[in-house]
Amino acid sequence: MSTSPLAIEVNNISKSYGTIMALDHVTLNVKRGEIFGLIGPDGAGKTTLFKILVTLLNADEGDARVDDLDVVKDYREIRARVGYMPGKFSLYPDLSIEENMEFFATLFGVTVEQNYDLVAPIYKQIEPFKKRRAGRLSGGMKQKLALSCALIHKPSVLFLDEPTTGVDAVSRSEFWDMLHGLKQQGLSILVSTPYMDEASRCDRIALCNSGRVLDIDTPQHMVEKFDGSLYAIKSSHMFQLLKDLRSLKTVANCYTAGEYHHLLAGDGFDAGQLVQSLTAQGHEDVELKGIVPDIEDVFIKLLSNES
Amino acid sequence: MSTLKVLIKKEVLQFKRNSFLPRLVVAFPIVIMLVLPWVTTMDVRHVKVSVVDNDHSQFSQRIISKIQASEYLSLHSVSPSFELSLKSLEDGEVDAILEVPHDFEKSIATGFPKKVSISANSVNATKGSLGAQYLAQTLTGSINELRSSISPARHGDLFVIQNRYNPTLEYRNFMIPALLAILMIIITGFLPALNLVGEKEAGTIEQINVTPVNRFTFTLAKLIVYWVAGLIVITIALVVAWLVYGLTSVGNLLTIYAGAFLFILTISGFGIIASNLSSTMQQAIFFMFFFVMVFMLMSGLLTPIESMPQWAQYLTYLLPPRYFITILRSVFLKGATFYDMRFNFLALTVLAVIMNLGAALTYKKRSS
Repeated sequence: MSTSPLAIEVNNISKSYGTIMALDHVTLNVKRGEIFGLIGPDGAGKTTLFKILVTLLNADEGDARVDDLDVVKDYREIRARVGYMPGKFSLYPDLSIEENMEFFATLFGVTVEQNYDLVAPIYKQIEPFKKRRAGRLSGGMKQKLALSCALIHKPSVLFLDEPTTGVDAVSRSEFWDMLHGLKQQGLSILVSTPYMDEASRCDRIALCNSGRVLDIDTPQHMVEKFDGSLYAIKSSHMFQLLKDLRSLKTVANCYTAGEYHHLLAGDGFDAGQLVQSLTAQGHEDVELKGIVPDIEDVFIKLLSNES
Repeated sequence: MSTLKVLIKKEVLQFKRNSFLPRLVVAFPIVIMLVLPWVTTMDVRHVKVSVVDNDHSQFSQRIISKIQASEYLSLHSVSPSFELSLKSLEDGEVDAILEVPHDFEKSIATGFPKKVSISANSVNATKGSLGAQYLAQTLTGSINELRSSISPARHGDLFVIQNRYNPTLEYRNFMIPALLAILMIIITGFLPALNLVGEKEAGTIEQINVTPVNRFTFTLAKLIVYWVAGLIVITIALVVAWLVYGLTSVGNLLTIYAGAFLFILTISGFGIIASNLSSTMQQAIFFMFFFVMVFMLMSGLLTPIESMPQWAQYLTYLLPPRYFITILRSVFLKGATFYDMRFNFLALTVLAVIMNLGAALTYKKRSS
């Protein structure tokens, strides 16, 4: 039956809560066997899109298909085929790891043993604690249990809503390794995250903000498409520096980025002249260097293009 | 393992692991049955009486000693003037005043008796009117005795009162069936509603909603657990009623259980409606509380439906506890049979269907 090369198709989906437009004509496709990242800040509409795709919410407009099934018409069938891990931990805290696993397996009409191979790489890490109640697990362990439960019925498409939020950096990295392991097994994965640095771990990403998709591409390509010269700059007076740079006509955009400010060159930008004039304005130790943009820079540029 | 079985197993596990619920199911009926029948009484006892004795006769002495002997009345004082007694009444020290006029005993003998006056504090209407009645009864008794001692003609009581079904006039025999109904409302109406909303609050319902499990099975599994809990609770309560108050059902216990089960179905359906309409525990609690108040005060639990205004009496036909309480009291105290109660059973069945249909209709699997 699975003839379409697409695991998820979203066509012109809109959804509003009262006057707030949570999704504004969103269109995107996820190919089979890829990890697709939905990247954007809180309020971008990521969770709303997830809920529509896993049949928990109806869209106002547009249509969507998951694994070649319509999310409205074939919702029952979709529920049997997808794995969903909500942003908030939502397993039973008063049941143990083992009981949660068995419970969800039985609801899907399978046993833990049947699909043990698929969940093993993840489940093995928490199996020593299987008698412990889910409510008493650490954040990282909860996340592994939730993923195991979402996988136990061998879904064809996996939906992970902000799985790495609130998890430490090491566990986050491990988690992405696990996702790549699942991809090898042929799963299609839609994952959302507010962390821009996780974009590079996806095959393709959609950058989104306030219910709109800004761009869809591979992370590499998205960075390559970046037109304009980007610089990192710092001086002894960082806050003043930001104000000064923003007042210049030759600077298209300037924003904080950790130790440095990032600066996007505008018309008539001259690096040497800028350092001179800043020093004349009282800035000491001015350091300016050209840099390769990352996804965050791409996102900010797309945002400023929008407005 | 079938889906329903695994869901029930999960509910039972959660129920047992809850540090509070299993104890509640046992302790709740025991405490309610041990304490409330003693306190929810409308029997009026120890009405404090001040006697204004202007007669100073044998008769007034007899009245005073009768008041002292009665368990319903207690003598507060014998005062020389009405004004003094009235002062005590105003201060709340005395509930009723009995004034015996001067030369009362003599006036009886003449055949033109003077009048004895009774003044009762009726701020609490029940206590006031019952107190005055008790006093009047005592007085009538004494006057009859006095008359028969004067003339040999018989002045016996002209009427006999028989309190059928509750011969000792125990208010708690009337209250215990009502308390059973309250227990059922809380255990099988309140608890499942809170449990369902709890799953909403915890977000676990979302995880369940993306499984192929249908909502009916999911809810049914929850309800079965609370139905069983409800039947356990009613059994405990019946045992306490028997052991502590010696109160056993005159009628068939099966009829009581049949009524209880129908009522449980109705009230749990109502609980589900409450949980469907609310998204937080707080909302559900307020929703339930409003209706529980109406159920308690309008279903004839505490006050007879017959003394409500006509429009309110019509409204009570919509309240499930009305029928359950009628069944309980009739079977328990009068030994009514299933056949006698058939209309109440029918009404409960209709309400059970309506409530559960309502529960199904108010449920939305997807939010829009």
